Amino acid sequence: MQQPQETMLLKGNEAIALAAIRCGCDGFFGYPITPQSEILETLCKEKPWETTGMTVLQAESELASINMVYAGGATGKKVMTSSSSPGVALMQEGITYMAGAEIPGVIVNVQRGGPGLGTIQPSQADYFQSTRGGGNGDYEVIVLAPSSVQEMADFIGLAFELAFRYRNPALILSDGVIGQMMEKVVLPPQQPRLTEAEIAQRYPWAATGRSKNRGSNYFTSLELHPEAQEKHNLHLQEKYARIRKNEVRYEEYQCEDATYLIVAFGSAARMAQKAIEDLRKKGIRAGMLRPITLWPFPSERIAQLSTQVKGILCTEINAGQMVQDIRLAVEGRTPVFHYGRLGGMVPTPDEIENALTEMIDNFSNENHE
Amino acid sequence: MKQEIIISGFGGQGVLSMGKILAYSALMEGREVSWFPAYGPEQRGGTANVSVIIGDERISSPIVSTFDTAIILNQPSLQRFEHCIKPNGTLIYDPYGISTPPTRTDIHIYRINAMDVAAEMDNVKAFNMIVLGALLKVTPIVALENVVKALRKTLPERHHHLIPLNEEALHKGMESVTSVHQP
Repeated sequence: MQQPQETMLLKGNEAIALAAIRCGCDGFFGYPITPQSEILETLCKEKPWETTGMTVLQAESELASINMVYAGGATGKKVMTSSSSPGVALMQEGITYMAGAEIPGVIVNVQRGGPGLGTIQPSQADYFQSTRGGGNGDYEVIVLAPSSVQEMADFIGLAFELAFRYRNPALILSDGVIGQMMEKVVLPPQQPRLTEAEIAQRYPWAATGRSKNRGSNYFTSLELHPEAQEKHNLHLQEKYARIRKNEVRYEEYQCEDATYLIVAFGSAARMAQKAIEDLRKKGIRAGMLRPITLWPFPSERIAQLSTQVKGILCTEINAGQMVQDIRLAVEGRTPVFHYGRLGGMVPTPDEIENALTEMIDNFSNENHE
Repeated sequence: MKQEIIISGFGGQGVLSMGKILAYSALMEGREVSWFPAYGPEQRGGTANVSVIIGDERISSPIVSTFDTAIILNQPSLQRFEHCIKPNGTLIYDPYGISTPPTRTDIHIYRINAMDVAAEMDNVKAFNMIVLGALLKVTPIVALENVVKALRKTLPERHHHLIPLNEEALHKGMESVTSVHQP
């Protein structure tokens, strides 16, 4: 029987855990770290191994976690891990191996301030880590940036869908604000986990045991012959081009008549939206583009909007990372500024409002960058 | 009407759970709500605070720098948040934790001797519900019956026998709150 769509009040981290169970996830492997420990905690409280049969394991380290995801994904299972910034830094080797071996899997990063162990407070300073990769080689990771507890729940299913569609790791880039805050959420309906037969049928590439009908399925990112490795790389690049073409996601807020554009993702977009509400009350026509996929990046739409607006303000909880992708998209058609706070300090809507007002003042003084 | 509320006090006073019950009460009324805690290391023995925003439209930012209502339960919280209350806003405080009382003259100030009332009730754990009662009396953001429903929802079943005690604490809070200053 279909469960009624109950509106719940949940922390972002709790929503991730409950949505993972609901979307038929086969396994979670993780190691606790603030501000995302509630994910593992909620899973342990829910005991999904008694209901859906989902495995939940506290691994001995982040390295173990990501390599368990590598192995689970290779067998066609929906598996995931979660961590926070320094923990995800440790996982970069596993992520590039997954990209190289074309293994699907989901990684959740509830970001905290860095560099190094940094702080436990919210941050968005892992934009480069996520979209540029801390791992080696020419590879891309699909990056989704939720800006609400609802999206934390919704993006788990979406991340698995994309990871399996393209046989590529998908990363949910959240932060301490969205992970720790509570708001209303409707969880997805309970989906059954795939059976072994369904996996073998859907994913002929998966390591599902020996079969008379096909040769061995094996997974490696190693290919010592450069001709073959180049061929493999070209195949990956062709796949990345398809992802860029098909999977760009973004949301616009009051862009239709906007003279000034704010670009912000995740929690920063929430603060920016409030700033826009307040700016509009003062008669300033500000709008926002919120990239939902950070890779692939909505460059084309930003390029279009850059011809409509007098200036763009990128607000991030970092020293200026996504702003580089905006500048690449804008190609100098309009000035692009950045406002951010660092090290676990979170910008308030007032600060963003002031930053945009300052930008406008700069224009009236003809004091362009 | 949107209400931006900050609740701040010592870790262990039940600040976060008070906010949670308030947020759940708003959920019971079908309203929009956000709850954002300070989750830093300062919670251990230091100051704990939570921002609760209740409104009729989707809450944009869960983090704001000014508040309609501040519930202040210790001196460091008063120093940090007194100046963040919007003009004509509301401050509710328990003098037990306050050595230097608030000085603003452009806001509504109320006092709730929640620590004393909790001692009279011989139950220190009722402290936060006494404070919440005071808030409901001064600013009826949510209906009392929905707070009780929220308690039923948030408390594990083994603690449901404590709900009448919590209700009593809410009522005591409503009775005990007194006006200190009106602008």
